[in-house]
Formats: sequence, C-alpha cells, structure tokens
Amino acid sequence: MTAVTTGTTARTASVGTGHTRVEGRDKVTGAARYAAEVPFADLAHGWLVLSTIARGRIRALDTDPVLAMPGVLAVLDHRNAPHLDTDYTGMLGKPDPTCAVFQHDRVPHLGWPVALVVAETSEQAREAAEALVVHYEQEPHDVEFTADHPDARPVDGHMPAVTEKGDLDARLASSAVVVDAEYTTPEEHHNPMEPHAATARWDDGRLEVIDSNQGVTWVAGELASLFSLDPASVRVRSEHVGGGFGSKGVRAHQVAAVMAATLLQRPVRVVLTRRQMFSLAGYRSPTAQRVRLGADADGRLRALEHRSVSRTSTVHEFVEPSAGVARVMYDADAHHTANHVVRLDVPTPTWMRAPGEAPGSFALEAALDELAEKCGIDPIELRLRNEPETGPVSGLPFAGRNLAACFREGARRFGWADRDSRPGVRREGRWLLGTGTAAASFPAGAAPSTATATAHPDGTFTVRISAADIGTGARTALALVAADALQVPPERVRVRIGDSDFGPAMIAGGSMGTRSWSWAVKTAAGELRERLALGADIPVEGLTVRADTTEALGALAPAERHSFGAQFAEVAVDVTTGEVRVRRMLGIFAAGRIVNPLTARNQFLGGMIWGISMALHEEAVRDRASGGPVGADLAGYHVATHADVPRIEADWIDDTDPDDPVGIKGIGEIGVVGAAAAVANAVWHATGVRHRSLPIRPDRVLSAAAGARDA
Amino acid sequence: MREFDYQRAHDVAGAVALLDADPDTRFLGGGTNLVDLMKTGVERPARLIDIRELPLDRIETTPEGGLRIGATVTNGDLAAHPEVRRRYPALAQAVLAGASGQLRNMATVGGNLLQRTRCGYFADVSRPCNKRVPGSGCPAVAGEHRNHAILGASDHCVAVHASDMAVALTAFDAVVHFETADGPGDLPLTDFYLPVGDTPHRETALPAGALITGITLPPAPVAAHSRYRKVRERASYAFAIGSLAAALDIRDGVVRDVRLAFGAVASRPWRAAAAERVLTGAPAGPETYAAAADAELAAARPLPHNGYKVDLIRNLVVAVLTELAEETPR
Repeated sequence: MTAVTTGTTARTASVGTGHTRVEGRDKVTGAARYAAEVPFADLAHGWLVLSTIARGRIRALDTDPVLAMPGVLAVLDHRNAPHLDTDYTGMLGKPDPTCAVFQHDRVPHLGWPVALVVAETSEQAREAAEALVVHYEQEPHDVEFTADHPDARPVDGHMPAVTEKGDLDARLASSAVVVDAEYTTPEEHHNPMEPHAATARWDDGRLEVIDSNQGVTWVAGELASLFSLDPASVRVRSEHVGGGFGSKGVRAHQVAAVMAATLLQRPVRVVLTRRQMFSLAGYRSPTAQRVRLGADADGRLRALEHRSVSRTSTVHEFVEPSAGVARVMYDADAHHTANHVVRLDVPTPTWMRAPGEAPGSFALEAALDELAEKCGIDPIELRLRNEPETGPVSGLPFAGRNLAACFREGARRFGWADRDSRPGVRREGRWLLGTGTAAASFPAGAAPSTATATAHPDGTFTVRISAADIGTGARTALALVAADALQVPPERVRVRIGDSDFGPAMIAGGSMGTRSWSWAVKTAAGELRERLALGADIPVEGLTVRADTTEALGALAPAERHSFGAQFAEVAVDVTTGEVRVRRMLGIFAAGRIVNPLTARNQFLGGMIWGISMALHEEAVRDRASGGPVGADLAGYHVATHADVPRIEADWIDDTDPDDPVGIKGIGEIGVVGAAAAVANAVWHATGVRHRSLPIRPDRVLSAAAGARDA
Repeated sequence: MREFDYQRAHDVAGAVALLDADPDTRFLGGGTNLVDLMKTGVERPARLIDIRELPLDRIETTPEGGLRIGATVTNGDLAAHPEVRRRYPALAQAVLAGASGQLRNMATVGGNLLQRTRCGYFADVSRPCNKRVPGSGCPAVAGEHRNHAILGASDHCVAVHASDMAVALTAFDAVVHFETADGPGDLPLTDFYLPVGDTPHRETALPAGALITGITLPPAPVAAHSRYRKVRERASYAFAIGSLAAALDIRDGVVRDVRLAFGAVASRPWRAAAAERVLTGAPAGPETYAAAADAELAAARPLPHNGYKVDLIRNLVVAVLTELAEETPR
C-alpha cells in the first residue's frame, strides 16, 4: 500500500497511543455544558409527581390549589396529557410504558409518574409538585422477590430463555464431584453522577430536545414514534453526558418535557432528582441463581446447570439474563441454562452495565471456585482444563478466545504460583487474608452506524457521528481513529457527536459504541483520504464523504465473538467486626485492540471498582409494606469510596480482532464481569466461609462467624 | 421548595433574640445536615439565622485543666487541635471517622450534636415516621432496621443517633453550654439527649429558644489513653453500624479507670455505665472485658435484623480494650 498523505511526512499511528480527553479542559473548567445547564430564553421548569402507592388507581388529583400557587403554569396528568403511541418496535424493541407518562389512571409501582407541574422556576415547580394532593384507590401489592416465586416463567429478552443439551440428571448422578449452590444478588442502581435531564422546545416546526442520553438517534426515534411525528422533525442533542451505564435511554422526563413544551409552546426542562432516579431511571433486578456442576475427579465438567430468576414490573418484560454467561464460558455433556422472570409491583429494571454477565459471572465463577476446592485443583488450572473448543451452545468457532493467556499473565503478575490453597490460615493482626480469581467474558459486537468525514481547505477535518461520550472518552477515541485513517495528527481532526441530525448510529451501550462508530468513521475518513489523494478539490464548504456500515456488518461470518479477562483480588477480613477490605486487585483483559490506553485503563478500572461495590457495598433496599425504596440516596445506597479502592491494576494482552477494521472488540463492561466473584472467592480463601449472597456486608460476615462458632 | 428568609447573627445575644423561640426558625451552622433535610422536605423552616460569624470558634484550656470547645468550631478544626489530639485522642479519631474532609470543614460542633438520624424512613417524607410526624407510626420496627437501635429504643422509634463525635464526648463526660433569652445554662451530655419513650420527636433537653454556645470537657487523665473504633459498611463516608469510644487506665494488672461509650446502637450516644462498673477494679483481661460488655448488652433488645450488633459491640469492647491494655506503658 502506498502511503499517501495530505501532509508531507508519514504519520505514526495515533490509535494505541495514550491521549488525554479532547474535551477534558472544558470539563474541568466548567466550560462544558451538561443538559440541565444549557440556557434557554423563556424557559419553564417541570417537576414530576410520583405515586406514593405501589398498586392501584388514581381517583383524583386536586390540581386547582396547585394551579393557584406562585409561578405555576400547568399541571399535566392522565386527564389532559397528549396521547402517546406505544405500539411500535424501536431500535431496542418495544418501549417500556414507564416512559409513556400520563396515559391512564393505573399505578403499577411506587414512584410511578402521575403528574408534571410546570412553573416559571424550578423551585416553584417543586413546591407546587410537593403540594399536589393525589387521591388513590389502593390495591394490595406484591414486591417480594423470591427464588421460588410461583409466577416465575422463562422469558427471552435479548437471548433465548432456555438452552438444553444432554441428560442433566444422569450426568450429575454419574459425576465424581458435584457442586449445587444458590446465589443471590440484590437490586442495584446505576445512579450516574449527572441526573437525567431534558429540555424540549418547538423550533420552527421541529421538536428539539437537549438531553443527557446514550444515543441521540435512538431517543429521537423513540420520541418520534411516541408522539407520532415525522422522524426528520425531531432533533435530539446530547453533547456531554455525566455517566449512563444503561440508564439513559428514553425515560419519563423527556416525554413529560415534550408534552409540556407542546402544551405551553415554550421551552420546558425536566430534571430527575436523585431520589426519583431510584424509581424512574431503571436498575438491575435482583437475581436468585442456582448453579449445579458435575465433574470428574480431575475437574473436567460433565454437567452444568445455571438457572437464574430475575424480576420485572407488571407493565414491561425485562430479563436480567444471568444464565447466559455459561453459554459462552464452559461446556459439558449435559448443559442446561435458563432465565426466568417474575412480574411484581415494582419499577421496570433495565440494562445496567454488564447485564446478565455481572450477576451471572458472580454465581458461575463462585461455583467454579467451589468445584476447584472440592476437586483439590487450583482454580486457574480448573478453568484451563475446561476451555471449550467451540461455543458450548452455538457450536460456532470462537473469533479469538484468549482467556488462558489472560490467566497466565495475570497469575504471573499477581504472584498466584505462591498461593497456599488452604482457606482461613493467613492472619495479619486482626485481619484474615485471602486471594481469589475469576474469569470474565463479554460479547464483542458492532451495530450499523453512519458517519461523515469532511476535509476543510485549511487542512483540518471534521468527523460527524451521532455517537455518545458518556464518560468513556469516545470523542477522543474517534479522533484517534479518524486521524489514522486520514494519516494526519489528531489535532487536525474535530469530532462532533451527540446530534441526531448527524444520522443513525449505534448507542453507547453493549460495549459496542466505539467499535460500531470507529468502523463508520474509519470507512468515511479512509474514503475521504483516497479522494484527496486522487487530487479532489476541497471547496469552501468542505469535501464530505459519508459512510454506512450496514452492509459490511451484514457480511460478517457467524462466530462466538467475545472479550475475555482474568480477575484477581486479595482481601482482608476481620470476622469479629465483619469488615472486608480489598487489598489489591488485578485484571488482565483480551478485549481487542485498545484505541486509547489512557481512557481504556479508566474503563477497566472503573469496571473492576464497580465489581468491588457489587461484592461488598451495593444494595437497594425495598420496603415490603410500602413497596418503595428505603434510603434512596447516595448516603443510603453505598458504592465504593476511594478508601475502599486498593492498589488496583488493569492491563491487557494483544488481542486485535482481525474482523474489525480497527481491531476493536469493546471494553465498556468486561471490567465488571468476574470482579465480584474474585472478591467473594478471596473472602472464602481468607475465612473458609462461602458467602453466596451479595453484598458481603459486615452483618453477614459476623452472622456467618457466629454461626460457625455456635456449630 | 419552600422559600425562606436568611439572617446573619453577629453575637450570641443577638442570635437568641433573632430566633425569638420561633419553632419555624432554625440556626444555620455548617448546614451539612440542615440543608440536606431542607432539600428533601424533612425540614421546612421559614427562616434561617446564620451563626457562623459568632465568636464561638475557639478551643481553650479551662482553669480546671479541661477543654472548652466553642459551638461554631468546625469538626475539622476540632480534630486537628493539638490539645484534643494529645489529651482526648478518641475524640479526634471519632471526628475524623465521620463524613468527609469537605463536610468536616463546614460542619460545626454544635450542629454535629443536633444532627438528625439517618433512618431511611425519617428521610422520606412520603413515609410515616413518629420522629418527623408524631403519631404517624414507625415502619422501621417491622421494616428495614438492619442499622437500627438495640438499646434504649421503644416501639415508637428505633432510629439511632448518627454522630461519631458525640460518642467520644459522652465517654468523656462532656457538658453542653447554651444561651437563652433568660440567660445561660448547662446540661451534661448524658442528660442532653432525651430517652425515646413515646416522644421520639423530642430529641434533646435544650430549652425552647436556646443556642448551643459550647462544650466543656472536664479534665480526665484516662482520656489520654483512648481510642475510637468505628465499623461501617464501607471504609469511609458512611455512618457507623457500631462504634466504640474507650479509655483505659491499668495499673498492676488492675483496671483503675475506664470510659466506654457505644455509637449506632441507640437514639443517643450510649454511655456504658454498667460495663464500666464491672471493669473498674477488676483484673485486666479479655474475660473481664467480655463480662463487662455482656453486663451492658444484657439490656439489648435486638430486632429481627439487627441482632448482629450485639456480637459486634461485644467484639469491639474486647478488641479495643485489649489493644489499649497492650499499649499501656509498663
């Protein structure tokens, strides 16, 4: 290939070189504006009123006194709100009716939006919203999630609910070693730092929404469908996003803002409070999982069963597919997996970072650790002995499975070879010490996206794509990809994202954003460079090339495509106080080509810290009597603090994906996977006690210690 | 949110006069708890009187050899004060175990004493709470109470006091000073917080219209050998699920003097007087420490989900007293 450059010298690659965030200065100086900070003339403020009952009907709303309060402009509820169409299939399936606010008088969970109060100021709107008296016809509710709930049934979600091969009972019966254990994970909430916020206005016949979301064309499409609008007449922008984690799709606040802007014909902003986010932003369902493993004495799996029950609302089916991870990780002659769902009077859960894999890997990788203990085999050796040749369920070849290499490199760096496998024998003062490991995997995929690349007469370039940078560094990564494709320094490339007018593109989700967008950006930028190399003129308005990856992605051969990783943790446990502290952590990943090592390391570390929180801290508590959350704020809902985060390292091995133009697989979620299991396995190694329910709280450690003492 | 007036007081008498015993007015110290409660609607004052400019920001040695701590001394300054660290180390440790650096730089000593419980039902205005709305009920008794009281609670309220600082102050016999329109007054901290009974909304014995002006710590040589241990559900920035302030003086293998107070077990910092009686004059050792803890915890009435606190406090007493004994200069 001839290196044709628009400059005078060939460039070394930008992809693979650490680069600080291109918008970093704007963010730390406050110049970057988030959704609720963009100024609008004549802006009105909406405040959502949420139900205080968990099931029933709205009998009446005393709106008159509220309408008389200072600054109040309108109250929207099911009696006067515009009609919405929910009978459509959007980019990610049927809409969750939770976002279709004010369409009927039914209340399906506590925290359901029953009205929007709009006023001149946010404070007036809130005061009036809190003063609005709503009369309900209350019905008995059921929010109690149990593993053996009689209504649990298989639900597909984004994968088949059930896979079965082989005679499970026969294989279990003939196995030399059997593990049969139940694991639970609690309700968990994403709670990005930036609360959900949207401002809607009509501008010259077009609906414009300034929002904080994970995909502008996705949200624009949903709003167009809900309000029966021509998709071209809806524009959604989301320039900076303070975290999403799966929670920032179409939600009640955007829809309510559009309704109010339509009714009042002026811009209306609706922001969720932290407390409201616990009811309206989605969350991860609790899970109850059972894993049964049967193995030969040498640890080779003969039977594997992974059953998971999760919970959804009564208005929308969402499945947390925890049993899916076994379909990728381990094979056995008898291999059964099933995801079941129970419908309760609770908010609908949603995608939360590593949906399925996060809780599923906890159960499966903890069960593997229990099998290693029973077989007397090192946990890493056990996993290496059970590396499948092809997809255990699909039978498809793996497009790269570098799990063994991750374990070897991780074991070397963590000092695993020196490990004494006996539990409960290492003490340092009041602390018992232990180490644990677990495997990680997450699907690698790409979805159709469009992008444009424009050459300007001054030698600079602009890339436009409706990507979302939810804190991942996507904007910067795309600048590096474009720079390489154009063979120019990244400083000459502007990347504009977060505007639905740029055309359809994948959302920031499923660990697929950067790969999907990079594919389109590289295609557009590469073609632009070729045209320039052939001597194309650059007009004043620039020379633009557009790319659409739909066809290229359709040509990809079917394969098991995943990132892999090996997680290691060392913990200290004081069984007299129940305190568990993670002392160090190491994650080694095979996750495709790393575009920007600086931000990639952030992503991996953030995921691993997420795993620490999942293992030890995170838990939303639901009050049985009211059906609502208790302690719905960041004082009551704990995530790891800096003091909980130990010496922690993430690194990767070379794993360039040959089927991706840039070699990317995706890194957004895999850091979470297996991290909680590694911590839990380390707690067992420290104390000799298996903790199969997360989080491993002090009271649980204390009670286990008391139980052991009494036994 | 409700609109409120804001005024600034410049001296103690002026602050008390501005308050005028108005139940709809609150003094504003650091605002680290009050402002949060205003945001959630738990507190809806019509008026705030900012007392941060009052000349109550000093820590001074008393003629008796104790310490007098002004009400507007920040938690951060209190923990950093050399005399506090030298003579009452458990107090400095307790303060540093609470909140975050930013919050400690704002929070005041007087405000810390008056902070409200972090019970999730108290914080949620859509739920009943006898402390917030007298007579409305207590959902915690049959609901979520993993971090609720095991000592001194009633069916009306099982919430715990959230302060770390107050636990250490209780161990060291602190006296609270206040000013009213009728003149100054004092309350020992052990009498400052009222028993729960059937009036959980009445939390302190402060007279209506009073302004806390400071705290006096009497001289206590035993306090120089003291420790605060806090257990919480993460390593930092969380309220205690159980804590202990302890001071120990051992001579010739016998406990000469001891101070013990528990945190996060009751509606107030819990002075472990029964345990102190068992310890005083007894031979130092784990058996004595455990017997002392058991004597105090005999009164514990755990709920279905907080029984672990009995084990936790017992273990803390044994562990911390053992540590202090081992560190006793010989």
